[in-house]
Formats: sequence, C-alpha cells, structure tokens
Amino acid sequence: MIALTAFASGLVFGLGLIVSGMANPAKVLGFLDIAGDWDPSLAFVMGGAVLVTAAGFAVLRRRRASASGEPMHWPTATRIDLRLAAGSLAFGAGWGLAGFCPGPALVAASAGVTEALIFVAAMLAGMGIFSVFEHFNSR
Amino acid sequence: MSLDWAAFTPAPATAGGLLIGAAAVLLMAGAGRIAGISGMLGGLLPPQRDSLWRVAFLFGLCASPWVYQLGAALPAVTVDAGTPRLIVAGLLVGIGTRFASGCTSGHGVCGLSRGSRRSFAATAFFMAAGFAMVYAVRHLAGG
Repeated sequence: MIALTAFASGLVFGLGLIVSGMANPAKVLGFLDIAGDWDPSLAFVMGGAVLVTAAGFAVLRRRRASASGEPMHWPTATRIDLRLAAGSLAFGAGWGLAGFCPGPALVAASAGVTEALIFVAAMLAGMGIFSVFEHFNSR
Repeated sequence: MSLDWAAFTPAPATAGGLLIGAAAVLLMAGAGRIAGISGMLGGLLPPQRDSLWRVAFLFGLCASPWVYQLGAALPAVTVDAGTPRLIVAGLLVGIGTRFASGCTSGHGVCGLSRGSRRSFAATAFFMAAGFAMVYAVRHLAGG
C-alpha cells in the first residue's frame, strides 16, 4: 500500500516536472536570469504546485494518520540557523551553475541525458560526503 | 530585464505545477510523508529503517520519462554546462541540500505550502544564490 502510493506519487511528480519544463536546465536558467531575457514560467510551476499542496495539506493537517495507517510525519524543525542558510546558499549556487535541482536531475538522468548522469553522480557524492561528515561530527 | 515571450509557457508550467502539487498531497495522504527529494536520497545514504516509501517514490520518479514517452516524445533537454561545471554544481547541490535539510521540493513546494518560516527562509536563500550565480556566470563572466 505504502509502496504503491509512493510509486504513484513519484511518477506523477516526475510527469509534472516534465510537463512544466523544469526537467530542462535551459528553462530553469531562463528563469534565474532576471538580468537577461527573463522567462517567468517557473513562477507558474511553483504557484500551481503550492496552490494544490497548500489546499491539500490544510485538509490533511486534521488527520491523525495517513490512509496506509502510517502516522503523518510533518516536519518539526523551525530553527533558521547557519546550517540552513549556508546549505541553501550552496544549493542555490549549484542550481544556478548547471540548472539542475535533485528531482529534475533524476528525471533527466533516467531519460539517459549524459550531463544529468554526471550531475547526479556528483550530487550523490556530495550527499555521501555530508553523511561521512555528520557521522564523525556526531561522535 | 526584458521578458522572453518566445520561451514563456505559462499553461504547461501551471499544469505541471498542479501535477507536482497533487503528487505531494498524495504522498502525505497515503504514506504520511513529505515529498522532499533530497531528503529521500539522503535517507538512503546510508539506508534508514522504513525506507520502502523512499525507494518506491524514487522509482516512480525515474519511471516518469519512460511513461511520458508512451504518449509523446520527451521535450528536449538542453544542458550548457560542461563536465567540470556539472561536477562542481552536483557537489554543491548534494552537500547544500543535506545541510539545509531540503531542496526545491521539500522546502520550496511542501515547506511554503505548510507556511513554514524556516522553509520560506531556505527558499529565499537558494533562490537568491541561484539568481546571483546565473548573473555572475552570464553577465559578469560572459558565459
């Protein structure tokens, strides 16, 4: 049940990325280039996504458990600290450098785009570096 | 700034956004989980307990271009970055999203939708860095 729901959700998420144009780095960079020929399309992707998600989450907030029986894992972190700021700035810099964020990169890599495969390999290496760092930092 | 009307595609952008939102609602309603892609990948490095939903979501995500191809040809993907730039970008995105505990999906879509101040801050930071990086690459360094 959980696996089927999660698979369906991932599939619809990916189709949304493809339909919206977000799976194409050129489109993403066109949005981030406000000083050049600006393509505001991505604001509409974000707007559409937040509209549906905000409405759905408002209803789901009142639920104790999900349809599978699994409790609702709402995020609990509220701190705005150096980790959040520095991490987000590094992420944004990488996003602006190549035009890929994690979801679209996986979709493009799965479609066989060589550049996306290189990016995903480096991204996973970066996440691995973080895990190792956390492992030694927490001891 | 000038608007690039030829590239502007508000209808498919909105339609795609609605699908992304529907997927996020489905995952929370059915599995009780936030659709945050960097968090799912991080939760598999190394694999945590109860990771079936993460693996299943990522399989669905990676199946999407193949399913899309059953109905239509995939839209073109244009990547300007060369290999060194892709590697630096990938490392920054991998390390950055894990330190920030989220990316465009977890903080951007889901966090903003929850009205989380923390996610608003994260989104403001990564958007600002994205704008700044593209400005630096395209308008200061010249490509």
